[in-house]
Amino acid sequence: MNPLAYTGRGVIDLFAVIGRLSVFTAQAFSHAFRPPFYPRMVRRQLWEVGYRSLPVVGLTALFTGMVLALQSYTGFSRFSAGGESAIATIVVLSITRELGPVLAGLMIAGRVGASMAAELGTMRVTEQIDALATLSTNPYKYLITPRVVAGLITVPLLVVVADIIGVMGGYFIAVGVLGFNGSLYIRNTLGTLETHDVLSGLLKAAVFGVIVTVLGCYHGFNSGRGAQGVGSATTNAVVSASILILLSNYFLTQVLFAP
Amino acid sequence: MTGTPKIRLRGLTKAFGGKPVLNGVDLDVGKGESVVIIGGSGTGKSVTLKCILGLLEPDSGSIEVDGQQLVGASADALRRARAKFGMLFQGAALFDSLSVIDNVAFGLVQGHGQSQAAARRIALDKLASVGLDKSVGELFPSELSGGMQKRVGLARAIATEPDIIFFDEPTTGLDPIMADIINDLIMKCVRDLGATAVSITHDMVSARKISDRIAMLYGGKLIWTGPTAQIDGSGNDYVEQFIHGRAEGPIKMQLRAS
Repeated sequence: MNPLAYTGRGVIDLFAVIGRLSVFTAQAFSHAFRPPFYPRMVRRQLWEVGYRSLPVVGLTALFTGMVLALQSYTGFSRFSAGGESAIATIVVLSITRELGPVLAGLMIAGRVGASMAAELGTMRVTEQIDALATLSTNPYKYLITPRVVAGLITVPLLVVVADIIGVMGGYFIAVGVLGFNGSLYIRNTLGTLETHDVLSGLLKAAVFGVIVTVLGCYHGFNSGRGAQGVGSATTNAVVSASILILLSNYFLTQVLFAP
Repeated sequence: MTGTPKIRLRGLTKAFGGKPVLNGVDLDVGKGESVVIIGGSGTGKSVTLKCILGLLEPDSGSIEVDGQQLVGASADALRRARAKFGMLFQGAALFDSLSVIDNVAFGLVQGHGQSQAAARRIALDKLASVGLDKSVGELFPSELSGGMQKRVGLARAIATEPDIIFFDEPTTGLDPIMADIINDLIMKCVRDLGATAVSITHDMVSARKISDRIAMLYGGKLIWTGPTAQIDGSGNDYVEQFIHGRAEGPIKMQLRAS
């Protein structure tokens, strides 16, 4: 094929996907405000996305906070002795502003996005989504909206937990391994932290929650035939959500922390 | 057939990726009639049903149910029309995450706004009418055999007492005895409800048993339609080849899925 035509085809396909995804997202949100509502489905998804992601998000945050404290100490010790206040500052700002929401988003993309794509993909292949429509139930309203709403609500809550556990991880290393003064570390942490740092992280988390759930649902809902179709939908859901999280994180950081 | 047909299709066309699947389907189904559409794999039988149900949008043509045009109808009108339909899917399409009784009660609760308790009572009656006792109600679809899943799918399709029931390959994958049981259940349910039935199948034993009329789909069109009793004397080479399952004849099997 002519390279120009190939590029043109790629651009057209990209815009077609963006258009379909935008319509899909708009439909998911519009159904959140129009009855009938499915509170049981929302509760179930809050449990699946939120509560069941706690272990993976908590462990990620704990070890990230620990490594961050250890690496910061190693780095600072090359230039000056001590650096207690700087390490507390680095840990808390890195966790609340960036690592908490981004790592939680990526872990949830792997756990929740993949599971949503696989579940909805299987429902598509086995005609369960068609069956919903024949039973006078709107599949968007019943399957998609509860998942997106759950992502929007629970990912920020998970990031609050991740922030606390991440800072605790840094504290354990600083006090337990490096021998820093515990009360001084906490005072430095709280003294550095501003409301804006936490809120910006939570805003990012809400955006990432929507990205993960929308892409998981989109790929599952439009899954191809057979096991290969469901497998591709799952892979695409995780890869596209991960890339979009990293991409949107850059732009959100630029807007929220513009110099 | 007298009066307004329950379902009327005119000039229905549908293509996928430029490849035509339906190429001008015309069909009338009278009230209380049972019509079976036969045809090879990939000839558009399921696509026809999905177009009538509004799951696929036809490229052109008209679909009328009780005289009401469904092509281009609003989402609300389509939802109201769908309330008249019940459907038994080929693989039963039961919801994995729900128990059998919740599957059967689903349409009553979500589509018709009935209370959970009332819907479960009706669901138990419908399970009984397809020969399943209430202990099955607490099981999940993955715990059922193929034949039991079909029965549950049938109970779910008739739970809301629809005017029209579609059966998509109701006996595919079942042994001959279970297939006959399902055929009997289909006839009983359709008769008890006084419903109009449209089925699609490859299974000629099933087609002969459950239909009043048979229509054969080939090349995107209905090439023969007539009373079931007349199919053996159709005089149509395509129909002859299909009903006798001969490899030789005018029908050339396609190798690729549509």
